[in-house]
Amino acid sequence: MPNFDAILIDGLIYASWLFLVAAGLTVIYGVMRILNMAHGSFYALGAYTAASMLGWYYAGGSDSSVLLAFLLLIGCAVLVGLVAGLLIERGLLRFMYGRDEILMLIVTYATLLILEDVIKLVWGVNPYFAFQPYVALGRMDLGVLTVARYDLMLVGLAALVGGGLWYWLERTKTGKILRSIIHDREVSAAMGVNVKLMFTITFIVGASLGALAGAFTAPAISVVPGIGIEVIIIAFAVVVIGGLGSISGALVGALIVGLTRAAAVHTVPHLELFIIYAVMAAVLLVRPHGLFGQPVARKI
Amino acid sequence: MRVDKSEYLIMGAFLLLAGSAFFLPNWLVYLLALALAKALVVQGVVMLMRAGLVSFGQGLYFCIGGYAVGMGGVFLGISDALLLILMGLGCSVILAMVLGLLLTRYREIFFAMLTLAFSMILYGLLVRSHGLGSTDGFNVIRWSILGWTPARGQVGITILWMTLAFGLVIALFLNRYFRSGIGLACEAIRENEVRVEYMGVSRQRVLYINYVIACSIGAIGGSLSALVAGHVDPEMAYWAMSGEFVFIALLGGTGHVAAPFIAAVIFALVRTYAVEHVPNAWQMILGITLLLIILFLPKGIWSLFTRKRRTV
Amino acid sequence: MAEILKTEGLCRYFGAVTAAENISVSIAAGEVVGVIGANGAGKTTFINMVTGYLPPSAGNIWFNGETIRGLGPRKLTRQGLARSFQIPQLFLELTVMENLLIALNAAENPALSLIQPFRTSGRESQAERILEQMGLGRYRDENVTAMPQGARKLLDIAMAMIGKPRMLLLDEPTSGVSVDEKYPLMDTVMDVVQQQNLTVLFVEHDMEIVRRYVSRILAFAHGEIIGDGTPDEVMNDERVQEQITGRHQGAAAAGGA
Repeated sequence: MPNFDAILIDGLIYASWLFLVAAGLTVIYGVMRILNMAHGSFYALGAYTAASMLGWYYAGGSDSSVLLAFLLLIGCAVLVGLVAGLLIERGLLRFMYGRDEILMLIVTYATLLILEDVIKLVWGVNPYFAFQPYVALGRMDLGVLTVARYDLMLVGLAALVGGGLWYWLERTKTGKILRSIIHDREVSAAMGVNVKLMFTITFIVGASLGALAGAFTAPAISVVPGIGIEVIIIAFAVVVIGGLGSISGALVGALIVGLTRAAAVHTVPHLELFIIYAVMAAVLLVRPHGLFGQPVARKI
Repeated sequence: MRVDKSEYLIMGAFLLLAGSAFFLPNWLVYLLALALAKALVVQGVVMLMRAGLVSFGQGLYFCIGGYAVGMGGVFLGISDALLLILMGLGCSVILAMVLGLLLTRYREIFFAMLTLAFSMILYGLLVRSHGLGSTDGFNVIRWSILGWTPARGQVGITILWMTLAFGLVIALFLNRYFRSGIGLACEAIRENEVRVEYMGVSRQRVLYINYVIACSIGAIGGSLSALVAGHVDPEMAYWAMSGEFVFIALLGGTGHVAAPFIAAVIFALVRTYAVEHVPNAWQMILGITLLLIILFLPKGIWSLFTRKRRTV
Repeated sequence: MAEILKTEGLCRYFGAVTAAENISVSIAAGEVVGVIGANGAGKTTFINMVTGYLPPSAGNIWFNGETIRGLGPRKLTRQGLARSFQIPQLFLELTVMENLLIALNAAENPALSLIQPFRTSGRESQAERILEQMGLGRYRDENVTAMPQGARKLLDIAMAMIGKPRMLLLDEPTSGVSVDEKYPLMDTVMDVVQQQNLTVLFVEHDMEIVRRYVSRILAFAHGEIIGDGTPDEVMNDERVQEQITGRHQGAAAAGGA
C-alpha cells in the first residue's frame, strides 16, 4: 500500500527542484519568445562552478559554515548568469532577434553543443563531488520517512525564487515594462520601451536562475558531463504542461509532474520517466497550449 | 511512367557508388554504408522540414528500426535481412500512425520538443531494460539475404549494396514525391496554413501522410544501420543522435534529394578525423558549424550549387 | 433567380462584444453584392462566419439549399464557396506559378497525389490564362515576395477563382492598394467574374467602387444590417448616411492621422 504522506513529501521536494529548473526557461520564453535549449548548459555551468567553489571553500578547514556555503552557491549562480548570459545574449542571440522561433531553438541548440564541450575542456570528464553542505545539514525524521534537511531547504528556496519572481514582475517598474513586452512587443517598442535592454536583463536573470538550480543541485548529485540535457527536456515538459511563458504555469506544472513522479516511484518505479511524458501528452491532448497558455488567433 | 533526366542522374550516381565499392578499403565501405543508412533518416528530417517542421526526435524511428532487426534476430531467430527490415518498418509505421495523430497538431518548438520527448522516453525505457543489455545494447546476429549468407569478407560490400539499393528506391520515390501534389502541399503548409485549408486541402491529412512516410524511411535507415554496425544500443534514440540528423539535414539543405546523402558522407568523413584528433571538441565543432550555416548558408550546402545557376 | 446563399438570425459574440446580431440575408445566383460599413461594423466577421473560419454563436447558413453551419473552410471550399483575403494569404517562398498550380491541384482533387507531378502542361496553360487575364504574366516565375502589394491582391483573388467556385467572397479587395491601381484591379477582377458568371459578395470601404460595380448593397452597423437594396436606395437611406457614408468620410480622414 503506497504511503500518501511519503508521496506528498517526495513529490513536493521534486516539484521544488523542477520549479527551480523551469523558472528561468519560462521567464526567457515569456519575454523573448526563445525556447532556450542552452538553459541546460547554464544549469550544468552552475553545477560545475558550484562544485569547484565548494571544493575550494571546504578545503579551507573544518570551521566552514553552511550558511556561507549557501551564499557562495548564490554567488556562483549570479556569476555564471552574468558572464555566460551576457556573452551569449550580446555575442550571439541579438543578431537573430525577430527570426522564427524554431530557428532560435536551433541556435540555442548549437549553443548547447558548444557549451557542453567548453565544460568538458574546463572541468574534464571526471565527476565532481561537493556533498559537504548536504551532509552537514543531516537528515530529519518526519514520521513516515526521513528526509535530508537539504532537500527540504530546496522547497524553501523554490518558494523564495517563485516569490521573488512574482514581486519582480508584479511590483517593480522593470516588471511592469517586461509585462508590457510580454503583452505586445511592437507596441511596447513604439511606446519607447528599451526592448534591447529588457531582453539583456531578462536573459541574464533567466540564465542565473538556471545556474542557481544547478548550483543548489550540485551538493546532492555527482556532477558529470551531460547533466544539462536531461534537465532541459524535463524542464520543457514542466513548462509545457503549465503553458510556455507563464510563471504560475511553471509552478502548477512542477507540482503536477513532481507529485505524479513521486506516486510512480512509490508504486511502479519502472514507469518513473515514462509517467512524466505521459502526463505531458495527456495535458496537451486536452489543452494543446498547456493549462495556462492561450492560443493566438490569426488575423486574416 | 516516363523516366526523366534527374532520375537517370540519380541511378547513375548510385551505380557508380556500387561499382566503386570494389576499389575502396574495407573501413571506407563500412563508413559509406553507415553514412548512407543514416542519410535515409535525414531524408525523413528533410521531408518534415519542407513542411516547416523540425523534428528533434527522429532517433526514435532510427532506434526502433535498429532494435527490430536486433530483437527479431535474437528473440525470434529470424536471420533474413529483408524480413528483419520489414519488421522494423512495420513497427515504425504503427507507432508513427499513433504518434502522428498527436504530433501533427503541433508546430514549431512544440513539435520539436515533443518529438524529442518521445524519443527520450524510448531511450529511458531501453536504458532500464536489462534483458536488452541496458546502456550497452546487444549484438545483431549473423544475417542472411534470401537464403544466402555472405562470407566474412563479403559482409561489407553486401551491406553497402543493400543500402544503395534501398537508397536508390527511396531517392527515386522522394524525387517524385517532392514534385507531387502532396509534396508541394507540404511546402504550402510551411508558408501559409490558412490558405491551404481555404483551397479545400486538409493540412492535417497532408502532414500526417508526410510524417508517417518520413518515419518509415527513418526506420529503414535504422534497420540498415544495425545491420552495418552489427550492434544496437539505446544511444540510437538519444537526443544527440536526433540532433545529428537535424545537423546533417541543415548542412545539406532541402533543395535536392541528393543533398542529405552528400551531407551525410561529408559528416561521417569529418567526424572520423575529428573524433580521433580532438575528441572533446567535436560537439563544439558541430555547434559552431551549425551557427555558421544558419548565418551564411541558410539553405544548406546545396545552395552553393544552385546559387551559381541563379546568378547566370 | 435561384437562391445561392442564405443566412438566418446569424449572431456572433466575442465575450461581451457583439460582432454580428441577427443577420438574415438571401443572395441569388449571379448577383454582385457589396458589403459596406464602418470599421468594426461586423463585415469581416460576417464573411468569416459564412466561409467557416468563425463558428456563429447562433443562427444558420445555407449554401445551395443545404445548411453549412459548422462546416470549416475546407469543406466549404469543396462545395464551391471561395474567398479572398483582406491581407493576401499566399505562399511567399513559392513562385507565382506554383501558388496557382497548388490551387489548381487542390481544386481538381483535394486529396492530392503522392506521386503524380503537380506541374503538367495542361495545368500550366490554365494558370497562364488567368495570369494573363489578371495582368500578372510577367511575375510567372518570381517568388511572391518579389511582387508589389496590388499584384499580391490580384494573385490572392486569382487563387480563389482558379478552382471555378460557384460563389466568391472578396474581403476588401482594394485595401492596401494604391489609388491609381484600385480601378484597374477591380476592372480586371470583374471582367473575370462576368466571364465565369460568378456570384460575388464583396466588402469594400470605397463607396465609389461599390457604386460602380455592384447591383445590390448590404449596409452593416454595429453588427446589424441597416440597409439592403440597390445602391441608390441604400446610399440615400438616412440611417446609412448617418452611420456609414457620412461618418465614413470623416473616419477616412481621421484614419490618416
